[in-house]
Amino acid sequence: MDDQAEKEMSTSSGSWLGRLWRTIAVPLAAVLLAMLIGAILLAISGADPIKAYSALFDGAFGSMKAFGRTLAKATPLIFSGLAVAFAFKAGLFNIGAQGQLLFGALVSAVAGFMIHGLPPFLHATLALLIGASAGALYAAIPGALKAYTGAHEVITTIMLNYVAINITDYFADGPFKDTTGGNIVARTPEILDSARIPTIGNIPLGFVLAVLAAVVVWWLLWHTTLGFEIRTVGLSPHAAKYAGMKVAFTVILTMVISGFLAGAGGAIETQGIVGRYQPGFNAGLGFDGITIALLGKTHPFGIIPAALLIGAMKAGASTMQFDAGVAKEITDVIQALMLFFVTADMIVRKLIHARDDGGEKITLSGWGQQ
Amino acid sequence: MKNTNQLPTEVSPLQRFLKRWGWTLAMVLGVIGITIWQYQLNAQATEAVVASTIRQSTPLVLGALCGLLGERSAVINIGIEGQMLLGAFVGFLVNVWTGNLFLAVLAAVLTGAVMGLLLAYMSVTLKMDQIIGGTVINILALGLTGYFYQVGMVTQGKLQPIPLGPLANIPIIGPAIFNNPPITYATFVLVIVVHYVLFYTKWGLRTRAVGEHPRAADTLGVDVFKIRYVNVIMGGAIAGLAGAFLTLEAVGSFERAMTNGRGFVALAVMIFGKFTPLGAWGAALLFGFANAIQTQLQFADIQIPHQFIGMLPYLLTIIVLSGFVGRTRVPAADGVPYEKE
Amino acid sequence: MAENLALEIRNVTKRFPGVIANDNVSFNLRKGEIHALLGENGAGKSTLMNVVYGLYAPDEGEFLVNGKKVEINGPHDAINYGIGMVHQHFMLVPVFSVTENMILGSEVTKGTSLDLKRARKEILEISEAYGLEVDPDAIVEDIPVGVQQRVEILKALYRKANILVLDEPTAVLTPQEAEDLFRVMRHLTEKGVSIIFITHKLKEILNVADRVTVMRRGKVVGHTTPAETDQQGLATMMVGRDVLLEVEKAPAQPKDVVLSVENLTIKDERNVSVVKDISFDVRAGEILGIAGVQGNGQTELAEAITGLRGIDAGEITLSGERIPFEKPRWLVEHGMGHVPEDRHKHGLVLPYDLADNMVLCTYYQKPFAGAFMVRNRDAIQKNADGLMERFDVRAPSTAVAASTLSGGNQQKVIVGREFSRPLKVLVANQPTRGLDVGSIEYIHKEIVKMRDEGVGVIVVSAELDEILSLADRIAVMFRGKIVTVIDAKDATREKLGLWMAGSNPDEE
Repeated sequence: MDDQAEKEMSTSSGSWLGRLWRTIAVPLAAVLLAMLIGAILLAISGADPIKAYSALFDGAFGSMKAFGRTLAKATPLIFSGLAVAFAFKAGLFNIGAQGQLLFGALVSAVAGFMIHGLPPFLHATLALLIGASAGALYAAIPGALKAYTGAHEVITTIMLNYVAINITDYFADGPFKDTTGGNIVARTPEILDSARIPTIGNIPLGFVLAVLAAVVVWWLLWHTTLGFEIRTVGLSPHAAKYAGMKVAFTVILTMVISGFLAGAGGAIETQGIVGRYQPGFNAGLGFDGITIALLGKTHPFGIIPAALLIGAMKAGASTMQFDAGVAKEITDVIQALMLFFVTADMIVRKLIHARDDGGEKITLSGWGQQ
Repeated sequence: MKNTNQLPTEVSPLQRFLKRWGWTLAMVLGVIGITIWQYQLNAQATEAVVASTIRQSTPLVLGALCGLLGERSAVINIGIEGQMLLGAFVGFLVNVWTGNLFLAVLAAVLTGAVMGLLLAYMSVTLKMDQIIGGTVINILALGLTGYFYQVGMVTQGKLQPIPLGPLANIPIIGPAIFNNPPITYATFVLVIVVHYVLFYTKWGLRTRAVGEHPRAADTLGVDVFKIRYVNVIMGGAIAGLAGAFLTLEAVGSFERAMTNGRGFVALAVMIFGKFTPLGAWGAALLFGFANAIQTQLQFADIQIPHQFIGMLPYLLTIIVLSGFVGRTRVPAADGVPYEKE
Repeated sequence: MAENLALEIRNVTKRFPGVIANDNVSFNLRKGEIHALLGENGAGKSTLMNVVYGLYAPDEGEFLVNGKKVEINGPHDAINYGIGMVHQHFMLVPVFSVTENMILGSEVTKGTSLDLKRARKEILEISEAYGLEVDPDAIVEDIPVGVQQRVEILKALYRKANILVLDEPTAVLTPQEAEDLFRVMRHLTEKGVSIIFITHKLKEILNVADRVTVMRRGKVVGHTTPAETDQQGLATMMVGRDVLLEVEKAPAQPKDVVLSVENLTIKDERNVSVVKDISFDVRAGEILGIAGVQGNGQTELAEAITGLRGIDAGEITLSGERIPFEKPRWLVEHGMGHVPEDRHKHGLVLPYDLADNMVLCTYYQKPFAGAFMVRNRDAIQKNADGLMERFDVRAPSTAVAASTLSGGNQQKVIVGREFSRPLKVLVANQPTRGLDVGSIEYIHKEIVKMRDEGVGVIVVSAELDEILSLADRIAVMFRGKIVTVIDAKDATREKLGLWMAGSNPDEE
């Protein structure tokens, strides 16, 4: 019996295709199950699920323009997904990606309209970096609180999300308010053209940056000593201390990098899509990052397809609402169901008879543990 | 045997009590003092603040009770926010459909209990990471209420205060404590009941044992899974009641994401209250007081941007967490799924 | 015959994923006897008893209590049939009082409330009846381990147990306390209690048991009685081959002092001094054994020396340099090796593969990392292959997770990683806890080899036999102090036992 088990193990881990299948089987099944239950909910509320889903698909992939819209929607999602997944690797749950993203969006907008006289490429890069750094700084707060006082990052980051909403509101409705043409809406002025991140053809340049970011994150995590330190702290803080790693510093640095990614997502949304900061325009992008990170199995290369999927749902939601008369909030429900099924993977495994992929499980610290 | 230094030095019960509760006690006494002093200056505003303190603290203390029932049996419940929100929505919905407030409250409580069951299933049976499990509940609740809520739904009344005879006429506390709608009264009773159950009954002893050392409890024939399931479901029901308070007693209608982080603040209240119902009550009153003051400030003619006042309770939560988490003893097995073999 | 049997276990098989922990095991216990269950770590003794106690569900097999066939579906059933168990790791809630721990699961109530007053009275009665003194109001985390064990035995008796399972009960006791326990055990058998005594210590069996059943690799391999055998005979039965009970080593050749501890004081999380004003030296080429009952400050002392814990006063010098505290990396770079007490918590990252675990402390150094923090996979792999070979780690490949290895092989991964660095000082804390005899022999040999190469070695162990066979000098810790440092030549079990209990054998 032992031998058989061993043989099975060696054959399946030998073929990378088998390994890949075991990794993606559960997320795939989770997506399908969620769509199925979504269809049932649609039917209950009196809509035609097939019509709704085909409108959704049409709105996301029906034309090159629609596809470009999907890519644009997916861009900030890749960043927030990467932010959440990166923190997971150090055992941290950054629910605050939302707040960090808001700061990134606001600050890059400010840099975008206040700095004059820079050439386009330089201005856009600078605004992006400043915005991302704002997210990084904001994420350093819960990181330091976790490292030095033990305050759990889940609650502090959620609280800081509310604080971020208030602060960004204040700036967009106060010091940085757009007053041109008698505007009364809380929003900043439009950024200069030199700060914009262009769309080439139907492909937003931001999307290319997002894919690049995923590659960099992957390289950092698995090919550098810093990544080794981050993953060790995540899997066993005690062993990390024994190995001479600076655990507190690593926790803060991980949050800073995570916040940088989230902030970059917000900045690219501002510079590539919205063109200014306006409260409410970025709502939920950070929270979607949680779903995307888990759907992508917290792997940078899993996050890209996961973000594309959620991005497609966002891009197609309006078409669906228009063509099939379905409230677009149904996509939120489907997303939540995907999250449920992909995290409750034991249920899904039973349903599709898949074996455990033996991958690294996410374990987060509770209140008491260090 | 000559050397007994390793044993902790003897402390009197009073000393131990003061060490554990000194800060909380000092703050509560301080607040009471300020209140009486303020009452001399402006009776009406003070009564409003006290009444508002009680109102604001009710969902927090209910949320904290939900949290501590779970955590005393070692299940971290980060989904209180979602349980509250869904409870609030279903209660509201039933009220819209039937106009029967009793049925509406019952529906909210049941909804909370079902969400508790879901959390228990994820964390006890599936042994999922409990923090992710709670997050799933929060996101699910946001999605479901967002989809099913349609603007323009109108409720048919809300729960009204029931004055308790002459008690309601006592200055300051009369209107605040003895002239409340039913869920607020129920909250007072629940705090006492949960405290009694947790510290004076068989169930409470077993719950605390399961939270500290589940295997020890298991070896003595205590059903660890059952204890956790029941506590988390009861907790969910209480969170549902907190939701009912929001839609059926305080506001009278529903809004998207109307819980506004109260479920998370409740966790801080629970920790600040050292995982005890009475402690949580004190902490909730403190948070409620901060909220009440905030409302007063917004009305007062002070030049502080409303956004800065609006973030006070969230900052207070962060400060409390940073200052007290390390110093509060958390149930030893908190957050750890129990493996039988 | 059958009427004589308090408990009979027939053909029990228990499988865990990948292992058969009990393979068709049968066992019987006569009324009023002490029946020793002997076997190495991992032989399946505790698994068998956990099955009997209802904690594990057996895949096959049946049980008879007092000649009647019974179903045991959980501890609750076992308790009802009069089976009580004292686990190796005590099953006590540390923050509860003795009374609360005693009544948990069998609470006495008045109305809906707990009746702690009555419970307290009942406990005092039982405690008196069996001569096991406890304070019902004491909080368990405040009382010494010896007393905690008494509480555990009373817990079983409170539930009217007449079959008592004791799982490695002497692991936490001094030799003298163990003698006391044996007296209690004999006293209990006189009162009609039958006892199953799980151990891997041969001397204790000869001392106290009426019969012996030996297990090896999940199977029963023989029965005997103390009259029919001796230590060597038991050892051979247990391991399946002749074993050397002594470690072969030449006399030590101590050189200069490499590690010196001066006036060290450490307080724990509750601000209680756990190490009090300790001073000692370790020389190159010698092994200093630190003996003591678990929980007398050895863990904290070892953690302070190896950089895992801060201190409150004193200093430590390594080859003349004062060491900074809580800086394990400084120590790694200055020639300190550390085999930690808890290999799962500190020593290994269990989900990592062996190659990563083998560079856990040196991952950032050349050749494992190059410019821009880039890791060098080839060098890491080469290092792993070399250590696998040299330290005889048995694993399918270096790419498997450390969690899939047996305890002995996991420890060899740690030993290989630490011993292969250039060392001046080595701290080995409980280096063979929970290992099989083969691995113990191997690790002992490697430790002696390090000593002979001129490393100053500190071995902390709760096993007196390990200290006696490895150490050149022995320091005994009691309540945070080193009460004596003696030459290993002059040490006996009895003497050390008295020191460990806080008395001075030379005064008596």
